[in-house]
Amino acid sequence: MPKMKIDGVEIEVPAGITVLQACEMAGVEIPRFCYHERLSIAGNCRMCLVEQEKAPKPIASCAMPVAEGMVIKTDTPMVKKARNGVMEFLLINHPLDCPICDQGGECDLQDQAMAFGFDRSRYLENKRAVPDKELGPLVKTSMNRCIHCTRCIRFATEVAGVEELGATGRGESMEVTTYVEHTLSSELSGNLVDLCPVGALTSKPYAYEARSWELRKTESVDVLDALGANIRIDTRGAIVMRILPRLNDDVNEEWIGDKTRHAVDGLRYQRLDRPYVRKAGKLVAATWSEAFAAIASKVEGLDGKKIAAIAGDQCDAESMVALKDLMAALGSPNVDCRQDGAKLESGVRGGYIFNPGIRGIDRADAILLIGTNPRFESPVLNARIRKRYLAGRCAIASIGPMADLTYAVDRLGAGPATLRELLEGRLGFFEKLKAAKNPLIIIGMGALSREDGAAVLALTRELAEKVNAVRDDWNGFAVLHTAAARVGGLDLGLVPGEGGRDVAGILAGAQAKEIDVVYLLAADEIDTQKLGKAFVIYQGHHGDAGAHRADVILPGAAYTEKPGTYVNTEGRVQLGRRANFPPGEAREDWAILRALSERLGKTLPYDTIDQVRARLIAVNRSFAALDQQAPGSWGAFGKAGPVSDAAFASPIANYYMTCPISRASRTMAECMASRQQVLAAE
Amino acid sequence: MAMITADPKDVPQVASFAFTSEYLEKAKALIAKYPQGRQASAVIGVLDLAQRQQGWLPRVAMDEVAKLLDMAPIRVYEIATFYTMFQLRPKGKYLLQVCTTTPCWLRGSDGVMKACREAADGETFSVQEVECLGGCVNAPVVQINDDFYEDLDEASMRKLLDAFRRGEIPKPGPQVDRQASAPAGGPTTLKGE
Repeated sequence: MPKMKIDGVEIEVPAGITVLQACEMAGVEIPRFCYHERLSIAGNCRMCLVEQEKAPKPIASCAMPVAEGMVIKTDTPMVKKARNGVMEFLLINHPLDCPICDQGGECDLQDQAMAFGFDRSRYLENKRAVPDKELGPLVKTSMNRCIHCTRCIRFATEVAGVEELGATGRGESMEVTTYVEHTLSSELSGNLVDLCPVGALTSKPYAYEARSWELRKTESVDVLDALGANIRIDTRGAIVMRILPRLNDDVNEEWIGDKTRHAVDGLRYQRLDRPYVRKAGKLVAATWSEAFAAIASKVEGLDGKKIAAIAGDQCDAESMVALKDLMAALGSPNVDCRQDGAKLESGVRGGYIFNPGIRGIDRADAILLIGTNPRFESPVLNARIRKRYLAGRCAIASIGPMADLTYAVDRLGAGPATLRELLEGRLGFFEKLKAAKNPLIIIGMGALSREDGAAVLALTRELAEKVNAVRDDWNGFAVLHTAAARVGGLDLGLVPGEGGRDVAGILAGAQAKEIDVVYLLAADEIDTQKLGKAFVIYQGHHGDAGAHRADVILPGAAYTEKPGTYVNTEGRVQLGRRANFPPGEAREDWAILRALSERLGKTLPYDTIDQVRARLIAVNRSFAALDQQAPGSWGAFGKAGPVSDAAFASPIANYYMTCPISRASRTMAECMASRQQVLAAE
Repeated sequence: MAMITADPKDVPQVASFAFTSEYLEKAKALIAKYPQGRQASAVIGVLDLAQRQQGWLPRVAMDEVAKLLDMAPIRVYEIATFYTMFQLRPKGKYLLQVCTTTPCWLRGSDGVMKACREAADGETFSVQEVECLGGCVNAPVVQINDDFYEDLDEASMRKLLDAFRRGEIPKPGPQVDRQASAPAGGPTTLKGE
């Protein structure tokens, strides 16, 4: 631990860090543009110059490692002059078009020019002009503003794993570009906009929409994939303007996927803003009491066994527990939250969560992917695996769909047969798993949502135990979900009760007229054609598949419009907060169920959200621990049995459209079109 | 300012590029100089080979180099656009790189340049103004493909160009009575035994 002096204060810092990091530890702020904690060090903006005693020139603190006895000064005239000079150079070719620049108000260059810059320019020549680049439907470029920090190049190359951006030319003719014009083929490209310290890369869908100081910021949780990325929802009035990532090293570091970020415009279209009741085959706008009356006339007196409920992929835990309680009160055992038919059970928590946690990926030294394409299922998690891969000494293999995951993967095979071979030790990778200190086995829905899913699950559990992946100090069995609500649903036991039907059973029952009423809680991913003649109640926020089939529509709230509890794939309980209000007469989902229960004479015993949350904890203690992650309990799960030869297919064929919100989003449609264009060109 | 980098949209498209077996062999020899997995180190040499084969570097040639060296294409574009000796636009058979930096200019590079400009047709000759070629003692200097032609003036430049047009390869070096950078008209010292 070297001891050093920063601005006269003695401080002991860990060896191997840089002077800039040491200064931050000492509480001294160093201006910077090119330096970023999660990217490699470039040292090319020179903004972080500080004075080091006995050094002849100012040093770039971001690239200088600390050493014993170093004396650093950051508040001397030399440093001030150095910063001043660097800033003047940076602004030579910068257009100073802040009034029309989208970055204005949240621009590092603007802020630092105010704090450290020179108050006029002595440059009288022409500024250089750089043609703008076309990077696809998400990233808008204004390359005159670029200061060549190369953060975007390093992000694309290192984190996103798509080597497509580079700096061509040299000196004054240097340009950041793809050279051959094309859309970035990354699901993380939106993060380029966050990284850009100036207004060179800005968000295309958000262009000229709002200024940062007009926005109300709400910290919440994403539900568009099962990662539960921490997000900040920026709203102006009643409209969600944009979504930005929030820092959480345990979950998403500071990245979010493009769908999470840019599907927000889907919240404005296709919304259900009032109840509807189907009359003579047509959906007619109704009042809440009319809608409830229509439901009551169907449900009252009906045998509970003829009622079924399916919870959707983006439901908050509060509404799911209310649905479960209502179904129990009606005497129905037919409840399910596994729309895709994943053969996961509710009891043993270790059997359905990502036990090692997202952070556990950093510790793993052999990774096996089974039936999953993490790049589409959770791009941020995929970037984490890539980070582990880049750190070295980590073998990665996959059984399942072929895909470019942005890191080298040893593809062992396509289906359960390969898994069995591996389990029997007939493949070389078995030894690697066994020799690994922390083997990590990631199983996706592609392997579980099929007929033999339970058998595949059992095989995988056996494999995990055999390679010693389940120990007291490490549990490397990891389920990668695709639905944000799935772990919460399983935690709450939204699975068929005794003699109850699962989703397939409910659909079969509806066709066979054994099920008369189906309650869809924002469930749109099922085949609604198969609902037969059943009376369908759809509660949700978008006019998607479920609403089209419904006999009664109860307008609910989307995830930005309600406080809600979500459990991500690793079993972390997180709170989402309300950023705006649902449109029209739509209401929070648990409250709708509570009101309906009263109308049906089965009043649920909670009146406030705090009471619902108390109920959540009563159902499952894990809801009491917010934002914590631990491996789940371990036991027997899965069901040994025959497996088919069919190859595992990824559950997500199209990353950009996986839920009602993203399907309603025009930006996502554009992304899809441009991606298809790229694929067609290849 | 003549920018060296060229947007690939602005140059004529070449449909495809493949190394001839002769050049491929040379490329493989270059790659073999570096340890396994470090073949990207050979990129400048291999790009030069591609340029020698094609006369200039179309995008497809850079892509081919990237494939050969297992690099991302953008990394090859970065290098090819960085170094001024890589030609990203089609060139004539002879590339006349006329030095116009102070010593050459003082010794009459303007006239040399005039002769070159008049000759440049884009097919036989292309002309490029360059900074110091490091041959100031023999100023003015013109680099024609790989060779330096020195001690030029407008008349001798025209003579040279005519020779090239006739398909001859004139002798590189000083175009006056002079050996390398020794005094004109023969040695003035150390003449005796």
